[in-house]
Formats: sequence, structure tokens, C-alpha cells
Amino acid sequence: MSTCRRLHVTVRTARGLFVSRRQTRLCGHLPSSQSLSTGTLLRNDFFKDLESQFSAMRKKASDALPGSSWSPLQINSNLPPERADIVIVGGGVVGWSIAYWLKQKERVRGGVKVLVVEKDLTYSQASTVLSAGGIRQQFSLPENIHLSLASADFMRNINEHLGVLNEDPVDLQFNHSGYLFLASEEVAHIMEENYSTQRNAGAKVSLLSPTQLKEKFPWMNTDGVVLASHGLENEGWFDPWTLLNAFRRKALSMGAIQCCGEVTDLKYRTSRILSADGDEMDLRRIGSVKVQMPNSLEYQPVECAIVVNAAGASSARLPEMLGIPLPVEPRKRYVYVVHCPDGPGLDTPFLVDYSGVYFRREGLGGNYIAGMSPEEGEEPDTSNLEVDHQFFEDKVWPRLASRVPAFEKLKVTSAWAGFYDYNTLDQNGIIGMHPLINNMYFATGFSGHGLQHSPAVGRAVAELILDGDFTTLNLSGLGFRRVLAQEPMLERNIV
Amino acid sequence: MSAPVMALRRCCQRSALLMVARRPWSSSSVSSPPLHTRFLLFLTQRFYDVEMLLSWRSQQRRNGIQRRNAYFGYTRGLYGADIASAYYILSLRGGFRYVGQSDWFRTDRRGKFNWDFLTHKDTPLEEVDMSYTVINYSGLGNLKGQKSLRTLSVRGCPEVDDWFLARLHVFQDSLEELDISHCPHITTGGLSALKNLKGLRRLDVSSLPRISSPGLVVILLEEMLPHCQIIATGYDHSLRQEGGEEIEEQGQRR
Repeated sequence: MSTCRRLHVTVRTARGLFVSRRQTRLCGHLPSSQSLSTGTLLRNDFFKDLESQFSAMRKKASDALPGSSWSPLQINSNLPPERADIVIVGGGVVGWSIAYWLKQKERVRGGVKVLVVEKDLTYSQASTVLSAGGIRQQFSLPENIHLSLASADFMRNINEHLGVLNEDPVDLQFNHSGYLFLASEEVAHIMEENYSTQRNAGAKVSLLSPTQLKEKFPWMNTDGVVLASHGLENEGWFDPWTLLNAFRRKALSMGAIQCCGEVTDLKYRTSRILSADGDEMDLRRIGSVKVQMPNSLEYQPVECAIVVNAAGASSARLPEMLGIPLPVEPRKRYVYVVHCPDGPGLDTPFLVDYSGVYFRREGLGGNYIAGMSPEEGEEPDTSNLEVDHQFFEDKVWPRLASRVPAFEKLKVTSAWAGFYDYNTLDQNGIIGMHPLINNMYFATGFSGHGLQHSPAVGRAVAELILDGDFTTLNLSGLGFRRVLAQEPMLERNIV
Repeated sequence: MSAPVMALRRCCQRSALLMVARRPWSSSSVSSPPLHTRFLLFLTQRFYDVEMLLSWRSQQRRNGIQRRNAYFGYTRGLYGADIASAYYILSLRGGFRYVGQSDWFRTDRRGKFNWDFLTHKDTPLEEVDMSYTVINYSGLGNLKGQKSLRTLSVRGCPEVDDWFLARLHVFQDSLEELDISHCPHITTGGLSALKNLKGLRRLDVSSLPRISSPGLVVILLEEMLPHCQIIATGYDHSLRQEGGEEIEEQGQRR
């Protein structure tokens, strides 16, 4: 096509030259020999050009003969392949972790064809990179503690897992400052119970009395604190973008396929089955997913055997197309960057107060990031990612300043908002297959701790798919069954 | 004739750059790796087999380090925790001193050591010198039970990283002197975990190549550990502001 257009342009310019030549001859000011010589030169040039264009056309024609791969239609090279074994919807850290573990567990090179579909490769709205990046073991459910421990173990040996030959080693910029939870009188007993659960699961956590707390962190105001628990090991924060990129780089180097697009439709078959009680139920099986290209009408149906839903905050959309509700919705959370030169120093932990406010250090220059979850009735609008600065003034700052007096003199330098993939049932992840969709696996609904659990969740989902069951960590408690039975597995949190 | 040779040379040079980037902890970034390494790296970009071989080799090396740092459970069962720790230290070519004794047990250059340490059953260790050994995070599990360990030196250990420092909380009540100088993997993120060592009196953080602003970090460390003397030499403050140099002088003076 472009060759033809170029030919047109050449002809047009050549015609223009002819005209000018005629004009010079009419005027006759210049010696005619000179004008004639330039004319022949130009004409020669034109014919030479024409010849080369013809040869290019002949080449293209021979390319277009049956048997060659050329086609007259423009092929978009960003289109996903027509078939894939496993389609992972959502290229966040969980999606790429699943892709990595699937490729890691395959027996032969190229044994599993894994396609990761991500709608925004700039990750401008992705929860992964907009999170505070913390990892902790201080949960109350043994499943969550084990997930965190396994993920910390993964991050410790990250270069054995995610190192690519001839590339830079992964530097997570892990800060081993630990989490510090503060409990008031009403919730101190919960903290004690959680502490024993965490110790039994193998996490290194220590309980501190207010006096010990004041001794260890002299910059803190311990009024109202009855008990504190401090993580000694495997806790802290890291750079989420590095982890995401490391997973992606490794998975791509192992042969996973990346595609920028959005899954807008599913083709599925429905079959009627009888349950044990004699009720009729619809069992669905997905045959192909329709991947819509960004900013275009172009789409590609991808035939697949298994679909993994790791779309985070927008993961409810996919089962909706099958008529199945998923209790996951986006919730907006604000993160504020504050500058306070007199604030706590190198030993600042990731502090979580019983009033709900949290903060951590960011770098060494007296910067901190802080935030808190709004109350249930005051959830902000989730249609955009705009930041409510009044929320900081009204809710966050007073609590921060009462806990750390130095924060009375702080300045908000920046702020951002990100989405939680909020599980409205029990704020815990959903890992596993839906009983009524034959080939859709879920890894979503982590409600804010998806990033820190992503390495272990990826491994668990890969085990479910390739081995048929959990082999390292038993996460059947986090499966879909509890959603159908409406039996929430709630974290007993102090906030 | 010369063009392909030039292309090969360029490739080798490029892969040498990559090699340097792969090892930011290398003490001298100017010297390029030897020719055969560069040639192998060049081949890696073309052939899966070479890539497989190279990754297999690095895997073997990692396994070797892991094996040397394995948990000495058998020795522990036969001789007790203290002898197991002592044997682990000697097998890694380190040195130690028992509580209440003045002489050190050390491994000589050929890896031989005196087996007399077996006679001191149930005597805890007081000082441990693991400098220039391959001790890593999991190796620390062998020293975990030493509740009276006062001095630990891991000077110049290539496998000591931030996770190692975070695990030092197992000695939080006893450790008084710690030497982590010349460790190529330690960053600021790990130093903040030293907060857990309550009794620390002396800390050597000299010549840590991956600390970006050493002057500031030393100030913050002194603020974090007010009762601890911090030694920080070997940092080049010449290109930074003058405040950093004062810190270094202060560090040397103390």
C-alpha cells in the first residue's frame, strides 16, 4: 500500500518539475543547454526511481503468491495469539506471579502457553504500584500468616527465583523496619490471641508494654496504648514496581506472552447438572475470551482451556458476564506523602495505630507516607482517582499528631489514591475455582494485602492448575466455597 | 575479514558491561571479567544450551553455599547445641572463643582445625569471628541458641545481606559488638533492623559499597543507637557536601 502511495508522490513531484522546466524555456533568460541538461538528469532520475519502485512491486507481488506469509490486510502485531492454554486476566503483580509459577512448574520448555492480558501497560491505575508496599506477618488467620511467611521467604531468595541471566539482579529495596501495631484497652486481648497464633505459625513477633515501647521508640506518645506488637523479622516494606517488573521480566524470559487489551466478552457452554439434593444447576465452561485492543474496535477471540481471574479491583466484571456474582468491588484509599524534618528517624517502623491511621518512612529525607481507611458509611466515590485532601486534615492528621507529637508540624507534599480489591464478604483473598464455572480460577479480593501475598498466591494457583491441588500451602480455607455458603472468614483485627 | 571480528569484539564488550551491571557489588567496576567469561556471555545470547549451562553452574554454586550453611542437626543431636555451633564455625573457616577462656579456636589456611573444641561440652560461645566466610541467612540458624554471644564479626562476607541483619534479633539481649564492614550486599534498609539489638555498644559499618549517602546514614544510625559507638571509615565524601566529612572524622576520632 505504502509503495503505491510513494509512487504517486514521486509522479506528482516529477510533474511539477516538468512544469518548471517549461517555464524556464519560455522565459529564456537562462542558457537553454543548462536547462535541458538538468531536465534530462531529472528525467533519468525519475525513470531510475520508477524502475526501483517497479522492482519493489514485483517483489511484493511474488510475496503475495499463495504459499507466502504476506497478506494484503494490515496485521496488528500486538494481537494476542488465537489459542492459548491459560489466559490470565489482569497483569498486576498477582497475575504475573501466577504466570511465572506456571512457567516455572511446566515440565518442558513451552509446555504451557500462558497469555497475560493487561488493559493498561502504563499501570497508571493499578493497585500494585499505588500501594504502600508493606509486608507483615501480623494477621490473625493462619492462612494469611503462612502466605506472608512464604512470600517473605521468596523475597529473601528473589534473585534465585527471578534473576535473569545477563540482566541486573533484582533489588527490592526492602526495608527491614518491621510493623508496629498499637492496641488500646478494648482490643488488647485480641492482640494477645493474635500474637500466640502468629508465634505458633512461626512468625517472629514480640509484644511490648507501654514502658518498653517508650524506651524503644522515644519519639512516640504512648497515651492510650496498653499493648504493642512489633515484628522482628520478615516485615517491612519494599518497592512494588520492582517486584512487578521482576515477575514480568522473568515470566517473559521464560516464554509467557504479554498482551495489551481488555477481556470484554466470554464464549461459554452451559450444561445442566443435578446436585446431590436433586436441584438442577447450570455448569458453565468457557471456550474462548474476546480480547479487545485498546483504543480500537479490533478484537481477537482467544481459545483457551483455563481462565485465571486476577483482575484485582475490577475482577467482578468477568464472572458477571457469566451471570455469577463475585463479592469484590473497588474501594478508594488515599495515601499522603508528608514532609516532617523533625519526625522519627531510621528506626521508624510501619506503624498501625488502633485508631486506624498508619504511617511509614519513605527514604531518608524526612518524608513519610500516611493514610487510613475511611469508615464503612463514608466510602469515597470510586469512579476516579482524585484525592480528598480534606480527609487528611479532618481524620488523619489529628490522629497522627496525637501519636507522634513531631507530626504537628508537617507539610503534605503529595498524595495519591489507589483501589483496594475489596472483598465485601470478609476482606480476604479468594483463591481457587468456582464450583459452577468449570475452568475459571480466582485469585482476587485480597483487600489490600495482595501485593505482599502475591508470590505465595501465584505458587498456590499454579499448583491448583497444574497439580490439581495445593501441595505446599493448604489454602482451601480461602476457596470459593465460603463465598457461596456465606460463611465469612474474618480477620480479627485491632483496627 | 576484520568486520566480523570487530562485531564479535563489540559484542564481548557489551556483554562485559552487562556483566559489570550484574555484579554491582564487585569491588572494582572498571576491570572487565576475563575473556572466557565474556565469550560465554556472548554465546549465551545466541544459544539456549550455553544459557542452560551457565544457569546450571550458578545454581550449583548457590547449592554449594546452601550446603555449607545447612542446619547441623545431626551434630546438635549428638553433641549439643554449643558444639554444633562451634563445628559449624570451624567448618566455614571461622574462629570463636568459649565463655571464660582466653584462647581462640581457628581454622588454618588449609582448612584444618584442632578437634580439642569437642572437650568443652555445654560451654556457650562468647566471641565469633566469621570474617571472609560464606555465612548466610540460613547459616545463622546454627548460632541461634547462643544466648551469651557478645561479639560477632562478619567482615567482608559476600553472602551477608539485609535479611541476615534482620535475623540478628536472635542475639538481641547479648550482642555488644558487631562488625559488618566490607559486606557488599548490605543496604540502608537492613541497617534499620539493628534497632532490635538493645545492648549494642560498638558497630563497624565501614566500606559498605551499597550505601548511597553514608554521611547521612551514619548520623541516622547514631541517632537510632544512642549508646553505641559507630565506626564508619572508608567512605569517599570528597564529592559530597562538607557535612559528610565531619562525620567521618568524628567516626575516626571516637
